[in-house]
Amino acid sequence: MDIDYSVELPVVEGRPALADIERVIARPMEEKPSKKFFIALGITTTMLLFGAVCLGLTFFYGIGMWGNNQPVGWGFDIVNFVFWVGIGHAGTLISAVLFLLRQKWRTGIARFAEAMTIFAVMCAGIFPLIHTGRPWLAGYLFPYPNQNGLWVNFTSPLLWDVFAVSTYFTVSLVFWYIGLIPDLATMRDRTNNPIKKTIYSIFSLGWRHSHRHWQHYEKAYMLLAGFATPLVLSVHTIVSFDFAVSVIPGWHTTIFPPYFVAGAIFSGFAMVVTVLVFVRTIFNLEHIITLDHLEKMNKVILATGMLVGYAYGMEFFIAWYSGQDIERFVFINRAFGPYAWAYWIMVSCNVLVPQFFWIRKVRRSVPLMMIIVILVNVGMWFERFVIVVSSLHRDFLPSSWGYYKPTIIDFGILIGSFGLFFTLVLLFTKSLPVVSISEVKAVVEGAQPSHHGD
Amino acid sequence: MNTELKLHSLTALFNTPDEIIHAAEKISSEGFTKYDVHTPYPVHGMDKAMKLKSSKLGYITLIFGLSGAAFALLLMYWTMSVDYPMIIGGKPFFSLPAFIPVTFELTVLLATLSTIIGMLTFFFKFPDNNNPLIDSDYMKAVSSDKYGICIYANDPKFEKDKILALFESLHPAKTSEVYFPEKTRYPSLEPKFLVMLLVVAILTSGVTYITLNKLLYIVPFDWMLKQARVNAQSKSDYFPDQFGMRKPVEGSIARGFMPYEYKDQLQQPEKPLTNPLLPTKKVLELGKSKFLTFCSPCHGNYAEGDSRLNGQFPNPPTLHSNKVREWKDGNIYHVITNGQNIMPSYASQISREERWAIIKYIRVLQRAKNASDSDIILSKKESALNGTK
Repeated sequence: MDIDYSVELPVVEGRPALADIERVIARPMEEKPSKKFFIALGITTTMLLFGAVCLGLTFFYGIGMWGNNQPVGWGFDIVNFVFWVGIGHAGTLISAVLFLLRQKWRTGIARFAEAMTIFAVMCAGIFPLIHTGRPWLAGYLFPYPNQNGLWVNFTSPLLWDVFAVSTYFTVSLVFWYIGLIPDLATMRDRTNNPIKKTIYSIFSLGWRHSHRHWQHYEKAYMLLAGFATPLVLSVHTIVSFDFAVSVIPGWHTTIFPPYFVAGAIFSGFAMVVTVLVFVRTIFNLEHIITLDHLEKMNKVILATGMLVGYAYGMEFFIAWYSGQDIERFVFINRAFGPYAWAYWIMVSCNVLVPQFFWIRKVRRSVPLMMIIVILVNVGMWFERFVIVVSSLHRDFLPSSWGYYKPTIIDFGILIGSFGLFFTLVLLFTKSLPVVSISEVKAVVEGAQPSHHGD
Repeated sequence: MNTELKLHSLTALFNTPDEIIHAAEKISSEGFTKYDVHTPYPVHGMDKAMKLKSSKLGYITLIFGLSGAAFALLLMYWTMSVDYPMIIGGKPFFSLPAFIPVTFELTVLLATLSTIIGMLTFFFKFPDNNNPLIDSDYMKAVSSDKYGICIYANDPKFEKDKILALFESLHPAKTSEVYFPEKTRYPSLEPKFLVMLLVVAILTSGVTYITLNKLLYIVPFDWMLKQARVNAQSKSDYFPDQFGMRKPVEGSIARGFMPYEYKDQLQQPEKPLTNPLLPTKKVLELGKSKFLTFCSPCHGNYAEGDSRLNGQFPNPPTLHSNKVREWKDGNIYHVITNGQNIMPSYASQISREERWAIIKYIRVLQRAKNASDSDIILSKKESALNGTK
């Protein structure tokens, strides 16, 4: 295969006129939703409702409805939390890190990935709240002056988590909204419907595409990207501190922060590919979200998958190298104990399956990549399951060893969180531009002056 | 053209980015200051063409980012080391490494929020949906695929005909004039908006009130708190006699509390108990204190039977008699516990351990009163050793 790497490939295929780009991206919002859309929405809201019922039962009877008990005190709740936070990381990575690295191909997928970040963090946020058993007391998590004279414990990783996740959500939301303002203004100028026009006017704040504004806007975007980059790394680092700062063998390892961040990017990219494959076909965005984009994301999946595989190996090496009997036991138990099935699902899905991405044909084949990224999602969920459950189920006291079995309520809440995520994704595709109109216009061939004003 | 309307600006539209750069260069070199370029996306090189200074937005970010860091550190220092200091994991009150994550998060949060809010309000003066440009055909064109330039009527060098001629020399796709609307509208004074503000205010305060005063105190399930059980001294229909409180089963004794074998027996026991205590200083001091409190009013401070009650109560005999000196400790214990003749039982006032301690103290008094010669020599020796006479 001869590829000329000296020429930058066009980010947008063909050379569409600016108005065409706008029309294609705006079409889902201007057409009435089809029957298929309602069928899909029906499925996701059913899942959401199932989760809501399970949550209601949990609140009514207490978290005794779940499978976790001594010695496995953390079960699906924390597994799902870490899983969803991880999914969220891809969005910020695409919108911030790739922006700083001047990767123009990000423009086609950034908006969608950012939206997925916000939805995934919303899903993630449910779990720490409900796992306390008293979610209506969540106000106590924040340091506010109260009549008891009490403050939160600022030296606790769980408190760091509160700050990290809430900051992450706020910053992602602001970043996303800032990117939306010019597009909302474009939508405002396109529509004749008075209700739509009012809504778009309110949220576009009176944006006029003025260059005096664009100048500050670009600066702000860069500053935000600069902050979001360390932020995205800090969030999963702090999530990993929930485990690493404890003294449980299997959790108390210094490799956790980078290992978690790599895993987060890995799973996040897999989820973005999963959803984008559908979106680009359904909304005819194939020339904006091209196969090149998907291939590049598959390469990132391959790279981060190998990082994760390295972390798996290194954990075992350090367990042996430390000479610590208990540490060694935990890792041998992890791979060959009662939860060996989960461990080997994790290894095969996360380390072995992505190796197919070495082959260019697999990277560029939509059905094959779908199979691989879905397996990666499964594997990454199992990674968190293995970390949480297999480290806990055989603790220091052999008389209390146990086997964690999730209940139907646990599964219901997990399904409900997927329902919430995909419901929000579906509503998003119909209400907001899924691709950044102004950013894509700016990277079309011929969109920038030929001499750059020199 | 309606000449009664006030002119807002003159605009020109172009088809390509190269043309707009050229136009911007031309107009800025003509000396206009109140003009703007409108493009559907940021066109590179425009800053230079418009001779714009670089954005000062970063200063807001810097100032608020540093404030966020300072606020976080001060808050954590004050709460963890001043207001409610607590030792956690043996770490110092101000443990900087553990404060880094929250400091970082608050820095990022404040920096980003201030950058965005500062940009939208301070730099852009948003929200500004009342601008005459909005909803004009010009705006609809630059919003989609045209590149526009506009010169505002409040520019000091504004002369309509000259500017139109200048535009023509740049070969625009279209030129147009934008006017202020006939009537100035004040949307913030419209009843609709005021009602909306009122609704928002009521909703916000209501939600805040409910959250802080109700929601935080809700107990949705209370069956651990309120269980089916019999409360002390209350009626119960479960038992035939309807008494909630039950008598203990016959013969049951309190844990660790063996009853006295010879309780209520008048004669001295044949096998008296033995004293479990040793005559240590601590035991003797306890015995002395209890003896002086409970025994001395009748028996006298030195157990000689010299009551302080001046005949209000019959005087007991001395405890230095041969009978009492020859008694075993258990015999005296029997008397304290059960009473004797007109002496009542002291079992309810004096605990078992205290009774045994009192007996030890009585033995000390007896020995002092009936000291042998060897005792006197011994005590003299000790006095000499201690330096007293």
